[in-house]
Amino acid sequence: MNVTINGERYEFERGATLADALERFRSPSRGVAVALDGAVIPRDRWRETELGTAATVEIVTAVQGG
Amino acid sequence: MDDPLFIAGHEFGSRLITGTGGAASLTALEQALIASGTELTTVAMRRADAGGGTGVFDLLRRLGIAPLPNTAGCRSAAEAVLTAQLAREALGTNWIKLEVVIDEDTLLPDPVELTDAAEQLIDQGFVVLAYTNDDPALATRLEQLGCAAVMPLGSPIGTGLGIRNPHNIEMICSRASVPIVLDAGIGTASDAAFAMELGCDAVLLASAVTRAHDPERMAAAMRSGVEAGRLAVQAGRIPRRYWAEASSPGRPMG
Repeated sequence: MNVTINGERYEFERGATLADALERFRSPSRGVAVALDGAVIPRDRWRETELGTAATVEIVTAVQGG
Repeated sequence: MDDPLFIAGHEFGSRLITGTGGAASLTALEQALIASGTELTTVAMRRADAGGGTGVFDLLRRLGIAPLPNTAGCRSAAEAVLTAQLAREALGTNWIKLEVVIDEDTLLPDPVELTDAAEQLIDQGFVVLAYTNDDPALATRLEQLGCAAVMPLGSPIGTGLGIRNPHNIEMICSRASVPIVLDAGIGTASDAAFAMELGCDAVLLASAVTRAHDPERMAAAMRSGVEAGRLAVQAGRIPRRYWAEASSPGRPMG
């Protein structure tokens, strides 16, 4: 199934989780937050939260600004 | 002289809050942050790069400076609320510099979206420091909603035009019961001192330091400016007079 992570499309097996998405994206695990289809998913639920078909994942971090 | 700033019950030894935007490199930023003496520094939230690092986050941790995530770039209350929730998750802080602007040309706060977002975030337990216009009415509204600090602009973000409406800033300060932080528009150290003289509790600035020819030196200048303005306002200035008043008595020849 197709999943969009930070605007780029990735192919995942059914049953893949947010934790799998972060791993595929080679995201750091500290200092980031994740939204799945517009809702923030707390870190302790990444392993149990499955990506739906056509899911949109946003991984954000702190950058210079303000 | 011990004169701490309190925001939401948290004590800060420095009245200078810095931003991190516009720095040429993390090394330049680090030097400027150290020279500024700041204890609270804003960061923006953006998409992570695939395989990327968390440079600013790591830098602030190493320097022991508290991160103040902002909602820079947000145009609606909904966007700002989601950004604040992401920041809380990523950085482990419920503090947020709330910034909701109307357009790119002015980067001026949108009062309608701003108050809507402030209300939602305060309901959700956030400590909200609201970036706002130099409007005493709106400042009062934000305070009544429960913002931990109200942060009026001196002039639009990044312009370095200083404080365009000192009377409004003075009015905001004179009746506020939460800290007032002059945010945006500072160009040089005298602007920072002026903000404090008008009664502000702190100054927040970024570009004036990060885009200066020598950011580290300008950070030191801003630190001194804030301290000088604070001391001056506490000392109490002399009244303005129309005519001269000699400081030496009489005349030499009787």
